[in-house]
Amino acid sequence: MANTNQALRKSPLEGRLGGGAGVTITPADPMSRMSLRVKDKDVKTVGKALGLALPTKPKTSVVSSGKDAQVSALWIGPDEWLVLSGVDADLSGALGKIKPVHSAVDISQRNTAVLLEGPKALDLLQAGCPQNLNDDVFPIGACSRTIFGKAEVVIWRTDAQSYHIECWRSFSDYVFKFMVQAAKGL
Amino acid sequence: MLYIRCPYCEEYRPELEFRHAGEAHIERPSNLAEISADDMEKFLFIRENKRGIIFERWRHIHGCGRYFNCVRDTVTDQIIMTYKSGEPKPSDEEIEKAILALKEEQTS
Repeated sequence: MANTNQALRKSPLEGRLGGGAGVTITPADPMSRMSLRVKDKDVKTVGKALGLALPTKPKTSVVSSGKDAQVSALWIGPDEWLVLSGVDADLSGALGKIKPVHSAVDISQRNTAVLLEGPKALDLLQAGCPQNLNDDVFPIGACSRTIFGKAEVVIWRTDAQSYHIECWRSFSDYVFKFMVQAAKGL
Repeated sequence: MLYIRCPYCEEYRPELEFRHAGEAHIERPSNLAEISADDMEKFLFIRENKRGIIFERWRHIHGCGRYFNCVRDTVTDQIIMTYKSGEPKPSDEEIEKAILALKEEQTS
């Protein structure tokens, strides 16, 4: 019998841990991720298929409520969303049967995420991100594509002191080491 | 660092999120196959590059990804206003008004 080879995906940050006084840096568990682009007129239909209303205001996110696997949609641009869900979620399957023309690209493996938690999480982020992330302009639920050091990231504020940082897999080593270094200076 | 207002994100963002994308309001000739080599050169390469107030395109590449237009003074490097691509070129009066508003903002 022929041997079958199955590609095993390993998280690029597996086993790492970092932090300092007031902040922990942990790699996020694997997730399903989708880069979604939809025209204005079809936003409602496509959102419905995913079980939520796609956010249309800049820097906002929506998390689906319901018994099924939770789906989050992050506003990235006027016609672009980053959709996140559990590792077993079938995001493109959910969109397989709808009529409106849209682009749904599976980026589960392209991106990875780092979670920041603690009272100093914001200070750590500001060590590498030039964008204003203070409470008045970046409340809980806010999200934005921006830069961190030299890498492009998506910052998503999931709680008062918790941030979910999405970055490209190939940048993740740089981003993680940058954070560990920055945490030393807090 | 410049602080640039993205008309799509509706707020000011640091310059590092943006990339400059050349002069704005350059119209692509509809009869490209027929125009002379000189006209083609003008369309592709010849830019105003003037001193003073200019119109240029920027792209919010590390943000929403959109191109937009911007009015900037090349003498002071001050960005006077930004507007969505596809919107008409602001008139001289509109630019005057925006400059005055900026001055007021700075003095207040």
